[in-house]
Amino acid sequence: MDLFEHQAKELFAAYGIPVPRGIVAHTVAEARAAADQLTGRVVVKAQVKTGGRGKAGGVKVADDATDAEAKAKAILGMDIKGHTVHKVLVEEASNIAEEYYFSFLLDRANRTFLAICSAAGGMDIEEVAHTAPEKVAKVPVNPIDGIDRARAREIAQAGGLPEKSLDGAAELIERLWAVFVDEDASLVEVNPLILTADGQVKALDGKVTLDANADFRQKDHEVFVDKAAEDPLEAAAKEKHLNYVKLDGNVGIIGNGAGLVMSTLDVVAYAGEQFPGSPKPANFLDIGGGASAEVMANGLEIILSDPAVKSVFVNVFGGITACDAVADGIVSAFKLLGDRGEAVTRPLVVRLDGNNAALGREILQNAALPGVELVDTMDDAAKRAAELAAVGA
Amino acid sequence: MAIWLTEKSRIIVQGITGSEGTKHTLRMLASGAQVVGGVNPRKAGTVHEGLPVFATVAEAMEKTKADVSVIFVPPAFTASAVKEAIDAEIPLAVVITEGVPIHDTTEFWAYATAKGNKTRIIGPNCPGIASPGASNAGIIPADITTPGRIGLVSKSGTLTYQLMYELRDFGFSTAVGIGGDPVIGTTHIDALQAFQDDPGTDAIVMIGEIGGDAEERAAAYIEKNVTKPVVAYVAGFTAPEGKTMGHAGAIVSGSAGTAQAKKEALEKVGVRVGKTPSETARLMREIMQNR
Repeated sequence: MDLFEHQAKELFAAYGIPVPRGIVAHTVAEARAAADQLTGRVVVKAQVKTGGRGKAGGVKVADDATDAEAKAKAILGMDIKGHTVHKVLVEEASNIAEEYYFSFLLDRANRTFLAICSAAGGMDIEEVAHTAPEKVAKVPVNPIDGIDRARAREIAQAGGLPEKSLDGAAELIERLWAVFVDEDASLVEVNPLILTADGQVKALDGKVTLDANADFRQKDHEVFVDKAAEDPLEAAAKEKHLNYVKLDGNVGIIGNGAGLVMSTLDVVAYAGEQFPGSPKPANFLDIGGGASAEVMANGLEIILSDPAVKSVFVNVFGGITACDAVADGIVSAFKLLGDRGEAVTRPLVVRLDGNNAALGREILQNAALPGVELVDTMDDAAKRAAELAAVGA
Repeated sequence: MAIWLTEKSRIIVQGITGSEGTKHTLRMLASGAQVVGGVNPRKAGTVHEGLPVFATVAEAMEKTKADVSVIFVPPAFTASAVKEAIDAEIPLAVVITEGVPIHDTTEFWAYATAKGNKTRIIGPNCPGIASPGASNAGIIPADITTPGRIGLVSKSGTLTYQLMYELRDFGFSTAVGIGGDPVIGTTHIDALQAFQDDPGTDAIVMIGEIGGDAEERAAAYIEKNVTKPVVAYVAGFTAPEGKTMGHAGAIVSGSAGTAQAKKEALEKVGVRVGKTPSETARLMREIMQNR
């Protein structure tokens, strides 16, 4: 989960990392009140979970409360790379002497963590990394050894930070490591990390990505979930513990195993190219190993509550779960949905392969469910599902 | 012949008394694998499903001569279970557990490295390793394929099963599910190297997924080191950027890590890449028929 800048900074502040004073505003009036409270010059910053916001005009300096109101009016509702701005962070303006870059992140290739530090921080850091890589220090961090003050200072030095900033930066980096480890983050980034005119090192921005696998020991991370931005279908699926991602096509997809479902999306998209309107997958839904009737019913219910869905492709490989159990699941799901008054009316293409596939197909044939078609192979089934979606569109 | 897991392999299960541990211990036994015991410190000295339960991996190894551990403990306890296996210097530890925090995986990998990497770690979040007809360590269904001379390495569980099933008439020497997490023990490259060196393997199927650059690195490795034919499949061409699809590893950000980039890197070094799993199976079929 990615955090908003203001959430990242609240987290930083809790670890004693210096950040500018700031107040979140959801409306123009709130922005004015925030500026009033902060007094003096403020910065109005769009809160979106994407980069390049400064270049898109999502960050503006305001001289006073009236100006802040005007700037918030311009920013709220803006679209930045497909993200609508629903809130702004109104922050006291900092007197910036120098801008640096710092981050801790996971280095997948080397299976360890990495500290990245540079004296050439700010909006163009990616350009710097590309054209002058020697200005960007990449220092491996062994998770067992971690980061102490001395090591933090070495990294700041390697990044080319000047002597006057080293003490402040080392303290900040040490605390940032604590955020990274204690909060189970896979990324903490500060860009820019600034030296103020009065000699203080501060985090002027903050990006944090938290590891969802650690939710079991990070119960308080729930407050960071952006409920407003959640797709309603994804939220409903999450409540039913379904691994569902909404996409923008019209072929509903149910499968078992993340890789197989991802592959199903591809195969359906290819098959769709040959039909009018190029039908595409409407979702990703992985029902996992045990496809019980209830899971199947919940999955079908979520998919069919998406009005864009014109056909559904159930693609199951019977490995641990045998196909007869999956077929039973589909039959029960139809009954369950019928009983709930949500009888299935859109066509369903089913492909069963692997363990007990013949038995599974027999169960579905005998049940003669309305609109259910059995197709032998994944490629042919994808084609049929796409064709049905094209007809139904 | 096979890699890493043979008919002589003696398997213990860490977390044998849990529901998943129990279920899959029985499945492994039914498939003919030699499961010789389990580990659970709270139930040490008892017998579970006819198998002795020990307090530690070291004790289990001493008493049973086990050389493989399959780990089914919950995510919160996985790092310490893996570190215990590393301390005992068991040659192979297969970590099935899904949902292990990235800081824990990174930590046990650093621990393994510090201890000289004496234990081969497969996973986490993987289906394990199967050498059909010889042994089975993990949750790969044993009865979907036959013994043969194809080697398979995959990030995805169900796609592994799909390909094993489609190519069941040729059969497999070993299939390794390395898992789709951002940090894993055994990599595509490790498996490619082992298959290249294995006289019982004639050709290799490699299955990748969006995220990271493991496939690109595997391509570079193949170009220099692999002379056996390799056929590949990559899932996730149509996955939208920035959306996580089940596997923590399957996150696309920017241009690196896309399925297209992986496909191109593999094709550039002469690997044939199937557009669908079935087409991938067809490509392998052609290779095996023309041997």
